[in-house]
Amino acid sequence: MFGGIDPALLIAALIVASVPIILAAIGELVVERAGVLNLGVEGMMIMGAVCGFITAVSTGSAFLGFVGGALGGAVLSLVFGVLTQFLLANQVATGLALTLFGLGLSSLIGQSYVGIKPPLTDAVPLGPFADIPFFGRVLFSHDWVVYLSVASVAAVWWVLRATRMGLILRAVGESHDAAHALGYKVRRIRMLAILFGGAMAGLGGAYISLVRVPQWTDGITAGAGWIALAIVVFASWRPWRALVGAYLFGGITVLQLNLQAAGSRIPVEYLSSAPYLITILVLVIMSSGRGKAALNAPASLGQNFHASR
Amino acid sequence: MRGAPYAPAQPAEARRSGVAMVFQHFSLFDALNVAENVALGMETPPPMQELSARIKAVSEEYGLPLDPSRMVGDLSAGERQRVEIIRCLLQDPKLLIMDEPTSVLTPQEVEILFQTLRQLAREGTAILYISHKLEEIRALCDEATILRRGKVVATCTPREVSAREMAELMVGATLTPPARADKPKGEVALEVAGLSVASPIPFGTSLKDIRFSVAKGEVLGIAGVAGNGQDELLLALSGELRSAPAAVRINGQEAGHLGPNTRRAAGLVAAPEERLGHAAAPDMTLTENALLSGVVRKGLTRQGFIDWGATRRFAAEIIRTFDVRTPGTEVAARALSGGNLQKFVVGRELSQTPSVIVINQPTWGVDAAAAAAIRQAILDRAAEGAAVVVISQDLDELLEISDNFAALNEGRLTAPRPVQGLSIEEIGLMMGGAHGMEVAHHGH
Amino acid sequence: MVRLEKRPSPSAFWQWATPILAVLLTMVAGGIMFALLGKDPIAAMRTIFWDPLFNAQFASYSRPQLLVKAGPLILIAIGLSLGFRAGIWNIGAEGQYIMGAIAGAAVGLYFFPAENRLIFPLMVVAGALGGWAWAMIPAILKTRFNTNEILVSLLLVYVAQNILASMAVGAMRNPDGGGFPGSRNLSQYPSAANLELIPGTGMHWGVIAAFMAVIAAYILLQRHILGFQIKLAGQAPRAARFAGVNPTRLVVLCMGISGALAGLAGLFEVAGPAGQISIDFNVGYGFTAIIVAFLGRLNPIGILLAGLLMALTYIGGELAQFMLGLPAAAIQAFQGMLLFFLLAVDLLTNYRVRLGAKREVA
Repeated sequence: MFGGIDPALLIAALIVASVPIILAAIGELVVERAGVLNLGVEGMMIMGAVCGFITAVSTGSAFLGFVGGALGGAVLSLVFGVLTQFLLANQVATGLALTLFGLGLSSLIGQSYVGIKPPLTDAVPLGPFADIPFFGRVLFSHDWVVYLSVASVAAVWWVLRATRMGLILRAVGESHDAAHALGYKVRRIRMLAILFGGAMAGLGGAYISLVRVPQWTDGITAGAGWIALAIVVFASWRPWRALVGAYLFGGITVLQLNLQAAGSRIPVEYLSSAPYLITILVLVIMSSGRGKAALNAPASLGQNFHASR
Repeated sequence: MRGAPYAPAQPAEARRSGVAMVFQHFSLFDALNVAENVALGMETPPPMQELSARIKAVSEEYGLPLDPSRMVGDLSAGERQRVEIIRCLLQDPKLLIMDEPTSVLTPQEVEILFQTLRQLAREGTAILYISHKLEEIRALCDEATILRRGKVVATCTPREVSAREMAELMVGATLTPPARADKPKGEVALEVAGLSVASPIPFGTSLKDIRFSVAKGEVLGIAGVAGNGQDELLLALSGELRSAPAAVRINGQEAGHLGPNTRRAAGLVAAPEERLGHAAAPDMTLTENALLSGVVRKGLTRQGFIDWGATRRFAAEIIRTFDVRTPGTEVAARALSGGNLQKFVVGRELSQTPSVIVINQPTWGVDAAAAAAIRQAILDRAAEGAAVVVISQDLDELLEISDNFAALNEGRLTAPRPVQGLSIEEIGLMMGGAHGMEVAHHGH
Repeated sequence: MVRLEKRPSPSAFWQWATPILAVLLTMVAGGIMFALLGKDPIAAMRTIFWDPLFNAQFASYSRPQLLVKAGPLILIAIGLSLGFRAGIWNIGAEGQYIMGAIAGAAVGLYFFPAENRLIFPLMVVAGALGGWAWAMIPAILKTRFNTNEILVSLLLVYVAQNILASMAVGAMRNPDGGGFPGSRNLSQYPSAANLELIPGTGMHWGVIAAFMAVIAAYILLQRHILGFQIKLAGQAPRAARFAGVNPTRLVVLCMGISGALAGLAGLFEVAGPAGQISIDFNVGYGFTAIIVAFLGRLNPIGILLAGLLMALTYIGGELAQFMLGLPAAAIQAFQGMLLFFLLAVDLLTNYRVRLGAKREVA
C-alpha cells in the first residue's frame, strides 16, 4: 500500500502540512488557557489567508504577507474580544458569527485575486545540514514558518510553565472571580490572549494561501480552523501535545493525498473524509476515559466575566 | 491610614501600603498549587523555589503546616484558609483583614487560628476581624463595631458586654428561639445504609459508607466543615446522584437508583445549599421556579402540558405562607434578596406535604429574622410527622433544632447521637478535630 | 466612563427591540461596506430589501422565492433553536441537511420510474431519518464519551459534503445524463416531486412543514413540561438536574429533532427547488439558519420573521448581483455582520448602560 512513497518525503510533507494547524492551535490554546472559548478560528484563519495573500501579492514580499495575515486574524479577533469581553455576548455564538462573517468577507475581498500566484517562500538555507541523508530532507529543508511554528510551541510552553505572565494567564482561566479579587485585570489579560490567538490563526491561514496551496480560492481553509480547535482538546490544553496532534493530523492528510495520487482503489471522496473522521475518533478517545480531557480544561472556559464589585 | 486619609483604588495599591486580606470566597485557584496561589497574591514574588522555602518557614513559625507543592483543590477547607493566611503573612502586613474566617473550621482549628492571630497582634499587626459569631469576638477582639444594614449602630469593648447584648444590637430586636413541641417518635421514614458514591464535582469529596436513619417527626442535624461531603450527600439524597438501590430507602421503598422526580413522588423533597443556579433558576420567574420542583407532588401538569394557572397559585401560596417579599409571582428569581429567595426555596419544598425533608444550609446568608422563620417552619413540619435531615455548618443552628446529631468528615458520617448532653468538645471531635493538621503533616 | 449594570429582570422591551435595532445597524454598516465597494448604498439597500417585494418588474419572480428560501431556513432554525436553548450546540445542520436529501432522494430514485402516491411520503420519512441519523452521531458520542458536540457535528459537515460528491458522481448519477455528475431530476418525476402547491406563491410541502414546526415549537416551549425542561437545562444546568431533567435524554432529543428537521429541509429542497442531487446541492442554509435562530431570539415566532428577512437578503442579494454587480459574497458578509450586531446589542436586554463614574465601593 505504501509502494512508491518515499518516507523522507512523506515526513517532510507532513511537517509542512501541519504548520497551519499548529499555529492556529497554539494560539487557541493560549486563548482557552485564559478561559475564553473562541470558536471563530476558521474565520480568523481564512481572513489571515486572504489578507496575507493580498499583502504578499501587492508588496511582492512573502514575509510582509505573513505579517498581513497575522494582522488580518488579529483584527477579526478584536471584534470577538470586544463582543465577548466588553459587551458580554455569548462566546459560542460570537465564535460562530466570526466564522460565518470571515468566510463571507474573505471571499468578498479576495475575489479579484483568484488564480494569481503569490511570491515564493524559500527554504531557510541551512547549508550542509540540508545535505544530511534522510534527516536533511526531513528536518533541514523547510521555510522559516515551519521553524517558527515549532518555536512558538516551545515559547508558549515555557511562558505558561515558568513565567509570571503564564501563571497569571492560567489563574485568569482557572477562576476569573479569584483573579479579579486579587486585583488582576481579567478583561485586559483576556483581550491580549484573544489578539494573540487571532494573530496566530491569521499566520496559519496565510501559510495555507502562500505556501500550502499556494493561491487564493474561496473557503481555502476547508475546516482547518475546526481541526485546530479539536487539536486543543486532544492536547488537553498542553502545548507539546498540540504539536503531536497536529503532526498526527498532518500525517493523515499527506497519506491520503499520496494514496489519491497513487491511484488507490478507495474513492477520492472517502479518502478526503479521512482527516475529519480520524479527528473525530481521536476526540472520542481523548474525551472518554473518565473525562480525562475535561478535567484539564480551564475551569472558567467559555464563561463571561462581569465584575459585580 | 497611619493618620493619613486612605482610599485605595485597587487591591494592588492596598497591598502595597501593607493591607492584607483573607477572603471568605473567590481568591484561590483549585488547579494551581499552593506556591503558585501564594505567588499570585504577592506584588513581587521571589522565584518559585525560594518562595516555597519561605512558605515552609513561615507556616512552621506560626503553627500552620502546609506543603507548597500540593494542589489547592485537594486541600481541606481549613488548609485552604492557611494558604490565604500565609499569603498575607509573607507580605509582612500592617493591617490584616479577615472576613468570617472560622466558618470553615472545627472548634479545635479555630483555637489554632486564634493563637496565630494573638501572636501576630503581639508582634504589632493590626487585625480587622469580621464575624457574626459573637463568642469569637468576645474571645479575640479588643474593640468591636457593630453594623446593621450598612450602618454603624454601636461600638463597644466586647469583653465587657454579654453576647446577648451584642446580639440584640446586631439584630435590632429581641430574639425568640423557635418553639418545639414534644412529639412521639414514629417509624423510620428515611433509611440510608452503606451509601458510597464518587463525587461528580471536580476536587469534590466522595461519600464513604454513610449510614443513618430518620424517624417520622425526628430532626437529624448533620454538621461538618465545608467541603467534607455535604453537597454530595444532598445530591445522593435528592436523587441527582444515583447509588445502589438499597442504599437509600424512602418509607421502606428502595430508592437509591431513582431520580429526583421519582423520589419526590415517594415523598422526599430536598433544598440544596446554592439558591441561585441549583435550587432556583436565576432568570426564571417565581412561577417557573415553583414548577421546577413542585411539578410532581402538586400535580401541575396534565399529560405533560403545564397548568400555568395552578402553578401561579402554588407560587402565590408559597409567597403568602412564607412571607416572601416580592412584587409578585412574575419576577425573576435573581431579583429577590438572598433571604427572600431562601424563604421561597425552602417554602416551596415544605409546602409539598413531604414525608422526608432534606435541607443543606437552610439559613446560609439569611438575616436573623428570616432564619428564625425558616427554622420554625422546619420544626413545624417535623411536628406534623415529617422526617427531617438538616445539613449545616452553623453548630448553634443544629443544636437548636435537631433531636440527633452526626458529623461529616472527609465523606464519612459519624454515628448519630442525641443532642441532649452533647458537649462542644465532643462535637469538635466528631467533626474531625484537628484532622486537617495531620493531613498537612503527612503531606511533607 | 460607561459601565454596565445588571437588570434585576430581563427587559421585555429590549427582547423585541434588539433584533430590530440590529437590523438597522447592519443596514448602516452594510451601506458603508457597499459604498466602499463603489456602489450607491441607498440603491443597494433598496435593491436588497424593497425591490424583491414591490418592484413591478421583479416582484412577480421574487415574491414566490421568499417562501422557497425561507422554508428551509425556518425549518432548520426551529430545530437548532431547541438545542441552543438547552445549551446543546448542533452546528452541523448543513451536514444533516445533505444527508436528509441523500436519504430521501435515494428512496425516490429507487422507485423510479414507478408511480405511486406513497413514494413521496416515504421519501419524507427517509429524509427525516437521514438527518436524524447523522445528528445522532454527535449526540451519542456526547452522551457516551462526553465528546464535544460542536466539533463533531461541524466536522461531519465536511464528511457529508464528500459523501454528497461521491453520490453525485457515483451511486446516484443519472444513467441517462450522458456522464455528467448529478442525479435524475426528481422534480420531473411526478410521484417524487415536491411541487409548488399554489401557483405563484412558492408554497410547497417544505414551507407547510416549516409553519407546522413553528406552531409545534411554540406550543412545546410555552405549554409543555419538555419545553420547560429545555429552557431550564440551558439557563441553569444544575437546577435542571435538581428538577429531574435527564441530560442524556435531552441531548438525544434536541439533536434528534434538529437533525430530523434539517434532513426534512434537505429532502424538500432536493425533491423541489433543487430537483437533483448534485455536487453543489447545498448552499449554506444549515449555517445561515444559525443566524436565523439567533436573530429570532430562539423564539419560534421570532424565527419565522427572521427566516423571512434572511430569505429576503438572499433574494435581494441575487438581485443586487444582477442589477448592481454586487459580489455574491457581499451578502454572506452582510448576514454575518447582522449576527455580530445582534450579539452586540443583546446586552441591552440584561444590562443597563450607565454613564458616569463608578460608584465608590465600600
